[in-house]
Amino acid sequence: MQLTQRLITCAALAACLGVPARATAQQQDTTRGVRIGLTYQPGTKPGVVVFPVSGAGGDSLQAIVSRDFDYGDRIEVIGGDAVQETARQQAAKNAVDFTIWKSLSAAAVVQISVTGSTAHVNVYDVSAKKVAASHDVPLSGAPNTEDWRMSVHAMADQIERWITGVRGIAATRILYVRGNRIYVIDADGFGEHPVSEPGTVLAPAWSPDGRTIAYSELVRTGWNVVIRDLATGREHSVTTTPGGLNITPAFSPDGQWLCYAHGVENGTDLYMASASGTGAARRVTVGRGSDNVSPTFSPDGARLAFTSGRAGHPEVYTSDVDGSNVALLTPFNFGDQNYRSNPDWSPDGRLIAFQSQLDGRFQIMTITLRDQTVKQLTSEGINEDPTWAPDGRHLAFTSSRTGVKEIFVLDAESGRARQLTHDPGARLAAWSHSTSAP
Amino acid sequence: MTGKTRLLPFLLLAVSAAVACSHKPPVTQPAATPGPNQDSINAENARRDSIARADAARRDSIARAQADADKLRNAKDAATKALTQVIYFDFDSDALKDDARSSLDAKITILNANPAVRLRVAGNTDERGSDEYNLALGQRRAASAKRYLTDHGIAGDRIDIISYGEERPVATGHDESSWSQNRRDEFEITAGADQIKGAP
Repeated sequence: MQLTQRLITCAALAACLGVPARATAQQQDTTRGVRIGLTYQPGTKPGVVVFPVSGAGGDSLQAIVSRDFDYGDRIEVIGGDAVQETARQQAAKNAVDFTIWKSLSAAAVVQISVTGSTAHVNVYDVSAKKVAASHDVPLSGAPNTEDWRMSVHAMADQIERWITGVRGIAATRILYVRGNRIYVIDADGFGEHPVSEPGTVLAPAWSPDGRTIAYSELVRTGWNVVIRDLATGREHSVTTTPGGLNITPAFSPDGQWLCYAHGVENGTDLYMASASGTGAARRVTVGRGSDNVSPTFSPDGARLAFTSGRAGHPEVYTSDVDGSNVALLTPFNFGDQNYRSNPDWSPDGRLIAFQSQLDGRFQIMTITLRDQTVKQLTSEGINEDPTWAPDGRHLAFTSSRTGVKEIFVLDAESGRARQLTHDPGARLAAWSHSTSAP
Repeated sequence: MTGKTRLLPFLLLAVSAAVACSHKPPVTQPAATPGPNQDSINAENARRDSIARADAARRDSIARAQADADKLRNAKDAATKALTQVIYFDFDSDALKDDARSSLDAKITILNANPAVRLRVAGNTDERGSDEYNLALGQRRAASAKRYLTDHGIAGDRIDIISYGEERPVATGHDESSWSQNRRDEFEITAGADQIKGAP
């Protein structure tokens, strides 16, 4: 195929794909280091072409990485058969023709080849016509196993950081409750399996290292907080406040502490115990007979947000981790009923996501810590129990928009939503921290 | 004993029989049929009456025992029913309404008459509200009933509480008629159920 012919093809392709012409000024902004210099602007995503991948599991790998970029909502994957055919030819010749990709408004080209259990990744800056990043990334296990998929996700997250400056969230998992068990599912919707014994279980939470989970389980004496090691399946109950209600555990960001709600006959208060759930617990809230549940730590571990009924109905409050300096976070009279609950502190510390009732239905909202600006994120169906992804941009939550409860993922910036689970009755999601932190 | 001595009694019997046969008894006219003897009739009637009276008394006593048993069982059933009668709450509230107080008052009377009886109060909520906050609300509803009972003299160690939050609805609709049935305390008799007596 002649070059001119190919250019025409690609130009036509670009028109067909409806790829918007991008501001060239932005693409020419190159910065030091591995970053290409494409800062994300709302409504503008850098276009990226992912070349076909040679080596074991290459097709899967290309598909997984492309989907991870798509789900990350920071990169627009430029795809289609013609693009892939062109990419395949260039990959075979190991010669990247930047002119074509520039005409397609691509900012970067990702070329990956697999040798043994190593993926060699080249990220090309299309504007600068050069390699922007070149790395060998280890892959785990045989192609398409759960470990291998997670290592590919970790690689995709890394590539996303090279391109956009922000690490992706593909190498993460989400806990949720369905029926009588806690399940875990990869952020891309694969690898779903139960991680608790059958029982009446609620409120799962991750430890920061992702190795341990905690959840509430109904037992004869009430509710226990159970801590489970995911690798070994070993479980033990938190014994710091035996009997009664022990629910809504949350690990501190440094992994040292476990905050949870405990109550017997005089309301429910927050308690702080060691992360092992043994020894003595320190009471955090003084609810005077009201309900104080669902704690969430600020990213620096110094503050808590929680649901409290101390004013007669549930609202979101903040306090220091020792219980001092309590402040009502959601003091505004919005919504048609006074019911705001289930806070989750964003990883960047700026926002708290929570649920608020509107027209008798819960919707997901965020509120800024600095000036209490409230933003409504959902309106379709009933939406509850938000949990932030580590990128501070995506949220998972329970939604009834399909008629049954399922976990959905929402990009808080673009408003794009996708359904994560596909069996009815999924609820109470908890997004892990990054499982591939550098 | 030899064979001869064993035969001796039989020989003696045979001789005496022969003697008897030789003396035929004199033929006598049959006696005139005796008329009814009032005394024996009276005696017989008295005997029958006495049997009938005894029977009646026995029947009465069985019936009385039966009735007593029924009464006891009914009283036990009624007491059990009153003890396990469900109480209901308003939305997001653990306040005891008037009919809930009446129901708890009835339980107090029975608990006082049955010191061996223990109760487990299970607090429940409707599906609205946060799943997690509802566990605490259910706990508060159960505690509210327990507090009422203990404030009226029932020992605290006789009342267990637990919350099921919104996890165990009795009505699965998504409207007020279902929700109102689900906002409730249930009462389970955990000890002394067999010997429950009605209130005196």
